[in-house]
Amino acid sequence: MTDLTTMSAAELGRLIAAGEVSAVEVTQAHLDRIAAVDSAVHAFLYVDAEGALEQARAVDAARAAGQAPASPLAGVPVAVKDVIVTKGIPTTCASKILEGWRPPYDATIVERMRAAGLVMLGKTNMDEFAMGSSTEYSAFGPTYNPWDLSRIPGGSGGGSAAALAAREAPLAIGTDTGGSIRQPAAVTGTVGAKPTYGGVSRYGLVAFSSSLDQAGPCARTVLDAALLHEVIAGYDERDSTSIPQPVPPVVEAARRGAEGDLSGVRIGLVREFSPEGAEPGVVAALQTSVETLAKLGAEIVEVSCPHFSYALPAYYLIAPSECSSNLARFDGVRYGLRVGETPDSTLEEVMAATRDAGFGPEVKRRIILGTYALSAGYYDQFYGQAQKVRTLITRDFQAAFEQVDVLVSATTPFVAFPLGSRTADPYQMYLADLYTIPANLYGGPAISVPCGLSDGLPVGLQVMAPTMADDRMYRIAAALESTQEPLLSSQVPTLEGKTR
Amino acid sequence: MTTTTLSLEDVLTRYEPVLGLEVHVELGTRTKMFCGCPTTFGAEPNTQVCPVCLGLPGSLPVANRAAVEATIRIGLALNCQIATWCRFARKNYFYPDMPKNYQISQYDEPLCFDGWLDVEVEPGRTVRVGIERVHLEEDTGKTQHIGGATGRIHGATESLVDYNRAGIPLVEIVTKPITGTGALAPAVARAYVTTLRDVIRALGVSDVRMEQGSLRCDVNTSLHPVGATEWGTRTETKNVNSLRSVERAVRSEILRQAAVLDAGGQVIQETRHFHENTGETSPGRSKETATDYRYFPEPDLVPLAPDPAWVEKLRAELPEMPAVRRRRLAAAWKLSDADMQAIVNAGALDLIEATVAAGAAPEAARKWWLGELSRVANEQGVELSELPVTPTHVAELQTLVDSGRLNDRLARVVLEGVLAGEGTPEQVMAARGLEVVSDLGALEAAVDEAIAANADAAEKVRGGKVAAAGVLVGAVMKATRGQADAKKVRELILRKLGVEG
Repeated sequence: MTDLTTMSAAELGRLIAAGEVSAVEVTQAHLDRIAAVDSAVHAFLYVDAEGALEQARAVDAARAAGQAPASPLAGVPVAVKDVIVTKGIPTTCASKILEGWRPPYDATIVERMRAAGLVMLGKTNMDEFAMGSSTEYSAFGPTYNPWDLSRIPGGSGGGSAAALAAREAPLAIGTDTGGSIRQPAAVTGTVGAKPTYGGVSRYGLVAFSSSLDQAGPCARTVLDAALLHEVIAGYDERDSTSIPQPVPPVVEAARRGAEGDLSGVRIGLVREFSPEGAEPGVVAALQTSVETLAKLGAEIVEVSCPHFSYALPAYYLIAPSECSSNLARFDGVRYGLRVGETPDSTLEEVMAATRDAGFGPEVKRRIILGTYALSAGYYDQFYGQAQKVRTLITRDFQAAFEQVDVLVSATTPFVAFPLGSRTADPYQMYLADLYTIPANLYGGPAISVPCGLSDGLPVGLQVMAPTMADDRMYRIAAALESTQEPLLSSQVPTLEGKTR
Repeated sequence: MTTTTLSLEDVLTRYEPVLGLEVHVELGTRTKMFCGCPTTFGAEPNTQVCPVCLGLPGSLPVANRAAVEATIRIGLALNCQIATWCRFARKNYFYPDMPKNYQISQYDEPLCFDGWLDVEVEPGRTVRVGIERVHLEEDTGKTQHIGGATGRIHGATESLVDYNRAGIPLVEIVTKPITGTGALAPAVARAYVTTLRDVIRALGVSDVRMEQGSLRCDVNTSLHPVGATEWGTRTETKNVNSLRSVERAVRSEILRQAAVLDAGGQVIQETRHFHENTGETSPGRSKETATDYRYFPEPDLVPLAPDPAWVEKLRAELPEMPAVRRRRLAAAWKLSDADMQAIVNAGALDLIEATVAAGAAPEAARKWWLGELSRVANEQGVELSELPVTPTHVAELQTLVDSGRLNDRLARVVLEGVLAGEGTPEQVMAARGLEVVSDLGALEAAVDEAIAANADAAEKVRGGKVAAAGVLVGAVMKATRGQADAKKVRELILRKLGVEG
């Protein structure tokens, strides 16, 4: 039999349901793979081998008892970004301030995955509290890109993307506040989807920026992402911002897209995403992909979104402002790290010392930025103004979607960059999310799908759709995917025995 | 400055007070504001908590519809406008009794705004107090500091936090500045809080018990010279935990500020704490160094947009307001304002109304509750409503008196039995064998015996000294163990002795 770690989640689910392979075998194969390569990749912060095998045994037992599979993904392993709370399993957000914390409850999406029979392998590495674009801001050391271990795997969800690329897991959960699912997908040659804001419950997602955060599926194929999307999405009464509507038919759309016919589809190219800021190899791959989409029957139209150029500054006021409030609860009083306690220390001193020791530099930078932006006298000028820009960007999207069905762009302006090359200048790091941030500000869905290589490194195409039209982006992404050689099966270097 | 001997009346000929009151009311909803935890008072610490009200990472709030409804009803009762669209906001500051280090509250978009409440300060004198806003927020936990001398955090060796209260829905009601009250200021403040409490109690949305903290009051006070156009610097007095304290706190703060101003000093803008034992205030934290709360709209909650049709339905279903009810009952029972005030002050209005509803005449019901029962409640140090006697008992008792089966003295004995838990008045009568002797034959025999045994007295009566009959009546009453109608006994005696009363 082919190596189980190279198969898609859809195939694995089918084989398990047919009894051709057991969930335990599939889980063990991935645990073995993790044992073999994760010392080089460092995609995982915690591997729950015992728990995973137990869940796999439960799936096998249910099948042996004649029960129908709980879902098409029953028995398929999944890796979960460490910003999602998991009952009894350490959840750190890659921060020292939460080291050792074992949550007393499961996130809604974790409950849904358990109910669907998915097997949770463990928790993946990330930039601390999901703030960063390279996973270099993890308090527990970076993750390395399986394509080139000297390069970053993107961020903040670099661990989930790298785990897929290194074939340590066939599926993963990411979260996307400004591109943290899509940009890592692009630079690791994997698929990552940010659903419509409110499409997937945020209950149990440790908040970075509440109005932007959205959990979503990460996979190696568009269909796999859609299958996982269907498991985790849908209304949740525990999340007030959750949308009480049926989940868009994403799986059906992915299957239909794979047929490769896009006739009647209108695709928009955003004029304001000028090629100047992007690497030539990225621009070239985008151009080829657009031509491919046209060949499949799509009509390509240039549209103008004049306010997109203000997206990055608006994002860097809104996200830090919300984060400064969301992260206030980490104070050493109730859980997590506590330092500086002496017989003479005051409460304020203990809180300050704990936060100083517990948070890393990027988190501190954003807390300070956001605290300043929300201060009396500055609110209108900063947070208030950024919210107005957000409204204008939303109107740009709405106007564009009157002309076209979806918008496409490169996912990120540059391919995986070398570790350490952008940490000295925060702005250079922030540019990685130039093309992904508008969709977060608007709230619409967006997906990154591999669209070629630049100097041997993967490039991603981003497809953006109107809110609650997540199915559209799956259809376009699957159509493009159907024209490409699968990147990962041939191109990813062997990782066994490698050290960094 | 505590040695001031200024009188309020004197001070207020020179200074004009401006008051502002902020009242916090804990709603009596079954569950908390943003989660499903119960809200029972007095449970073991940290037993009524969940990831949401503990603010655990990843948890999210969901607004309690019953709390929103209760707040709208309070707003409507206070003649407010109801927002058609508004948001919650985060109030950011670090304190260990706040699990998230921010409080979900409302800032510039309150649910209810711009209303008023008419307050009767004394019979015939009503003041209209403007309502700035009514908004909804979550309560904090409770901190207990151990080891310090004062019970405050300063000097404490250990601090304990109970999060049972964290997340209980809290309504904040803020008045517009109250001006032009002159020397009535302390009384206006007290009357306002009293009236507000009665309104909220009538709505049934909170038990509004100041001693349990379900109604809490902060008082803002400032003084400016009479005739000045600019208001003085205000202070905010916290820890005002009873209606009496509201009045005392205003009085004491007016006197303190007047003394400062008289001495040429300046009032400092600050928070002050009221002390029940001394009736005075002491400084708390200075507002100048107060936290910048960095309010911003709560992104975890969708905006509130109450359906106007729903609001109108709630308006139509509002209960009768206490002042209206008092006027109606005073007219029906033919009571003066002062009589009605006495009933209200005694906490007897509901009881008397129920007693009348159970069949008693208003005057009789009032007599029992304000007389004998008030005396007993006073002796026992409890509220009238806490006595183990019901309006039905009282009505039944009065019926027994009206029908002649009990006289006043026996009725009081029966009431003692009811209060002692011996059952209904009928049951007590039966068990104790208490009833007016109505058998004429038995009574005549007792009269004859008394006349025979007290020949001197009988002779005096025959001779026209009618007052001497008292001895004979007393003897009959003694013989019947008080169970005779004294009036009737007297009539019988006089008739037998040939004297017509």
